Amino acid sequence: MTDIPAPRHIPDRLDKPLSSAIFSWEALLVVVAVAIFVVNSFASPYFLDPYSLSDLTFNFTEKGLIAFAMALLIISGEIDLSVAAIIALASTLMGMAVQAGADTPVLVLIGILVGLGCGAFNGLLVTRLGLPSIVVTIGTMSLFRGIAFIILGDQAYKGYPESFAFFGQGYVWWVVSFELVLFLIAAVVYWFLLHRTSFGRRIFAIGNNPVAAQFSGVRVGRIKFVLFCLTGLMSGIASVLITSRLGSTRPSIAQGYELEVITMVVLGGVSILGGAGSIVGVVLAALIMGLVTFGLGLLNVPGIVMSIFIGLLLIIVIALPIVWRRLRGGR
Amino acid sequence: MRVDPLAQTACPLQEEEAAPRLALAGIAKSFPGVRALHDVSLSLYPGQVTALIGENGAGKSTLVKIMTGIYQPDTGTISIDGQVVTLPSAHAAFGHGVTAIHQETVLFDDLTVAENIFLGHAPRTRLGLIDWRTMRKDAREVLDTMHAGHIDADARLKDLGIANKHLVAVARAMSIDARIVIMDEPTAALSMKEIEELFLLIEFLKEEGKAILFISHKFDEIYRIADRYTVFRDGEMVGKGLIKDAGQSQIVRMMVGRSVDHIFPQRKAEIGAPVLTVSGLSHPTEFRDIGFELNKGEILGFYGLVGAGRSEVMQAISGITRISGGTITLEGKAIAPKSAADSIDAGIVYVPEERGKQGVVIGLPIFQNVSLPSLKRTSKSGLLRLAEEFSLARSYTERLDLRASSLSQDVGTLSGGNQQKIVIAKWLATAPKVIILDEPTKGIDIGSKAAVHGFMAELVAQGLSVIMVSSELPEILGMSDRVIVMREGLVAAVYENKDLDAETLVRTAAGIAA
Amino acid sequence: MKAFLKYREIWLLAAIVVLIGLISTRFPAFADPGNLRQVFNDTSILMILALGQTVVILTRSIDLSMASNLCFTGMVVAMLNAAHPAIPIPLLIVIALAVGLVLGAINGLLVWRLNIPSIVVTLGTLTIYRGATFVLSGGAWVNADKMSPDFIGFQRAALLGIPVLSWIAILVIALFFVLMTRTALGRSIYAIGVNPTASVYAGIDVGRTKFIVFCISGMVGGLAGYLWISRYVIASVEVANGYELNIIAACVIGGISIAGGIGSVGGAVLGALFLGIISNALPVINISPFWQMAISGSAIILAVVLNARGERQQGRIILRKAEAA
Repeated sequence: MTDIPAPRHIPDRLDKPLSSAIFSWEALLVVVAVAIFVVNSFASPYFLDPYSLSDLTFNFTEKGLIAFAMALLIISGEIDLSVAAIIALASTLMGMAVQAGADTPVLVLIGILVGLGCGAFNGLLVTRLGLPSIVVTIGTMSLFRGIAFIILGDQAYKGYPESFAFFGQGYVWWVVSFELVLFLIAAVVYWFLLHRTSFGRRIFAIGNNPVAAQFSGVRVGRIKFVLFCLTGLMSGIASVLITSRLGSTRPSIAQGYELEVITMVVLGGVSILGGAGSIVGVVLAALIMGLVTFGLGLLNVPGIVMSIFIGLLLIIVIALPIVWRRLRGGR
Repeated sequence: MRVDPLAQTACPLQEEEAAPRLALAGIAKSFPGVRALHDVSLSLYPGQVTALIGENGAGKSTLVKIMTGIYQPDTGTISIDGQVVTLPSAHAAFGHGVTAIHQETVLFDDLTVAENIFLGHAPRTRLGLIDWRTMRKDAREVLDTMHAGHIDADARLKDLGIANKHLVAVARAMSIDARIVIMDEPTAALSMKEIEELFLLIEFLKEEGKAILFISHKFDEIYRIADRYTVFRDGEMVGKGLIKDAGQSQIVRMMVGRSVDHIFPQRKAEIGAPVLTVSGLSHPTEFRDIGFELNKGEILGFYGLVGAGRSEVMQAISGITRISGGTITLEGKAIAPKSAADSIDAGIVYVPEERGKQGVVIGLPIFQNVSLPSLKRTSKSGLLRLAEEFSLARSYTERLDLRASSLSQDVGTLSGGNQQKIVIAKWLATAPKVIILDEPTKGIDIGSKAAVHGFMAELVAQGLSVIMVSSELPEILGMSDRVIVMREGLVAAVYENKDLDAETLVRTAAGIAA
Repeated sequence: MKAFLKYREIWLLAAIVVLIGLISTRFPAFADPGNLRQVFNDTSILMILALGQTVVILTRSIDLSMASNLCFTGMVVAMLNAAHPAIPIPLLIVIALAVGLVLGAINGLLVWRLNIPSIVVTLGTLTIYRGATFVLSGGAWVNADKMSPDFIGFQRAALLGIPVLSWIAILVIALFFVLMTRTALGRSIYAIGVNPTASVYAGIDVGRTKFIVFCISGMVGGLAGYLWISRYVIASVEVANGYELNIIAACVIGGISIAGGIGSVGGAVLGALFLGIISNALPVINISPFWQMAISGSAIILAVVLNARGERQQGRIILRKAEAA
């Protein structure tokens, strides 16, 4: 111990014990998902039907799309509470365009661009002016939805073209909906972006230590700006899907989605303090939330009661590992 | 675990003339995978200063946390005035009169001086409400007894300088009638003049009969102020005694377990043509008209008091702080970095002073820390290539003799000295032309210090140019080819390091005429 | 004078005076003392809630469940009143406080004992408490005709020409003022927000203080539950849906820093009043109420931009020392 050892080889990584894989967050989520699936299939005879399983997916695809971008944003240490308001504003502007006679491609473009624009607005406020994102997006949340209310009041836009219905109601093949395909593609893209690119690595660095990341040549502001734009973009896409599925726009559309999206992200194991998380976890969390909602729906449990389960799930899944660690450490 | 011949000769346990105020015996503390303290003991005597000496990672901070009730020891006893006590919380330690003045002054910037002094034990009115008037009056009294009446009790703490913050911390210790005062590297961020003031204060505390624990890396300070010493190494107590009986080299040997020569590495670097030229560099509030040249193969020292604007200049050169005027020329080309990314691309890297805040990304593994500034090279069109990252990380961490169990280990689990090696490795891995080291050996142990100095000599021998910001005179004099002294945001003087003496530098830095 | 202007509350007060002035140039009746009393009364509940939220935010936490707590507690007292009209109102208020306290304590325990970030805990309890309201009521509403006259009339009774609701708000403001400026707990709350690490060393139990803070916001939510239900005379699952964000908005406009440690009771009250004035003024100046949301959103953004400006002016100035010397 007193001698200076000669420079020695430091291994890349140590073999991880199997237990660390078994007790990983994702594994826990898989167990929860399977458990809910099994319970559901016993509880309702209709559950295992391919068509009802297909319906199930609509419960999480739209929110899940936003959750991927939100996961990246939260890992970087920021948050966006305005996503549901962006949906409302984008949907309202699409509705206006319909009144002006716009056709499907234009509508989709409007939805996406409005989302992107709102995201960029959030991003500018946060990165250029250095404001806390939680407050900024509480503000823009009121602002965006407020504009939708100014435009629409207590009215609703209807009369979307028939071809527009495909995005939220159409099927690509058999029971596989367009929304589900989009969700799966987005999952792969975001998984790749977060876990396999230098962009993703920089997001983790920013989330763990923004100052050190900046000193290390990471363009912190630019990356956060891009993440806000991405979150806005995904909200815009979600707006197209929801508007298409519902076939109408009210200013109260997608009310409360922001909290569900954030619940999904946190349930997926993303640290709300930033710096840690995985896309696989978010996909599993989306699935779990869809399963719970749908399963309880089949049992005729009203939506408001389902939300209790989602809330309990959120707290229990996060508390469980902490309690577990404490019990084991206590021995 | 290991018998140390030095330890035995160093502590011929004499009969103590007074009973200790505080005595720790047989203290052990482990964390998952780390044994921080093993069977250590420590005694503090009223009216005396005991210096706690040891390299980084020797267990000093853990011991302080045990004494202040933040951590609980696994085994061992703590006694105060002969009574065995337990300190289950900071509040309990507080109640026993133990108070700590910490490395990073742990006070409250947005609260007033009076509140900082009396937080947790504010005077109350008959209704149990805080009595602000009495609190202000008492605060003024405490400050006056300490000859610190110049501090306004109603000022917000953030408006005070670091030395005055220390005074407030001491005033707080006085106000709770602390009997045991722990000073954890209190001089780390102080200028010479402020250190003198602190020493007067310590003398005052001694006269008041406080038992003082003084933790410092600086031997001149220890010999100046301490009555006794206790040496830790690798979590064990390896020696203790009276300062007057111990020689400096003896204590150093106890600390490191071997003798270390203080000789700085010999360098034979060819000093070439100018690489970096800075002229007229200005900032609205922090520095003005900074100009200098840095030559190939040169180590240029920047000396000055803390707060002279040296770090600010360096951060401007590396694109982190915006400038209001001036030019930066690297190898004949004018550059205007707008971010650290720009300056890294250009070939200038800044290794920051604050390791934890600005240097390492705790939460990411070692190899990802090292590759972070070099991601452009280790990835291909944005896609990560892990093999490249590992080989980059390995080559630099092994050159710096990093001690780690694997490259996938979280940097947060490493000791301070090893984290500093990661910090240097990560910026060096970008293959820069100019490397700016800001206080490269601040707060690291003697062994790591020597490694860093040797490495700097290696770098310039390879043709790199180094700027070294340092507040340690031996380091400045031992390593630099030329020295620039800054004072209050301006360049005060430039010296060739030939027959340069410490006194000249100190006088220039402090603005005292010769 | 300069020191006086440093307080952002002064600026906010000035903004409110200017706002009232502008409105009254065209509609003089708006600045009428009677109308201003009315505005204060209308804003009472928001002020009370904002104060509860303020103490939470000061400790670097957040309570998103306040509106759901309000909804649940409101339903409890409404159903109690419908079933047992004989229960006196003061007792009902105590019950509301107690129920709110329990809900707040649940949040606080999860934050304290399990160290879960408060935003996650209260995001969960936000849905749970509202869902529990549905379970409790079976989805039914409690209408005005099921409530006793006392239940509805209590807060409307006038005392010295001012409704009891306003008096309750004044009392709560006074209590919070004493709490935050004159008690050890209040100073600990600030200390935790300014520097949590230093607080531990100063002997403050950070976890327990956070627990207490959530208990306070819970009690406030419970009190607001009774006040809300008896004011709008309907108890349903939809009560105050999404209102948690209005509460936070009032705090932000009032200059409470979301990063903790900075903010005052006066700021929270003024922030709530600012929002209250806007919502009362819109119908007066003939703007559709649908504008309110966008206006308060803009106000939040403006407030946070201005507050950030104020905070940025600090920092070390090396050169000026040189010039002064």
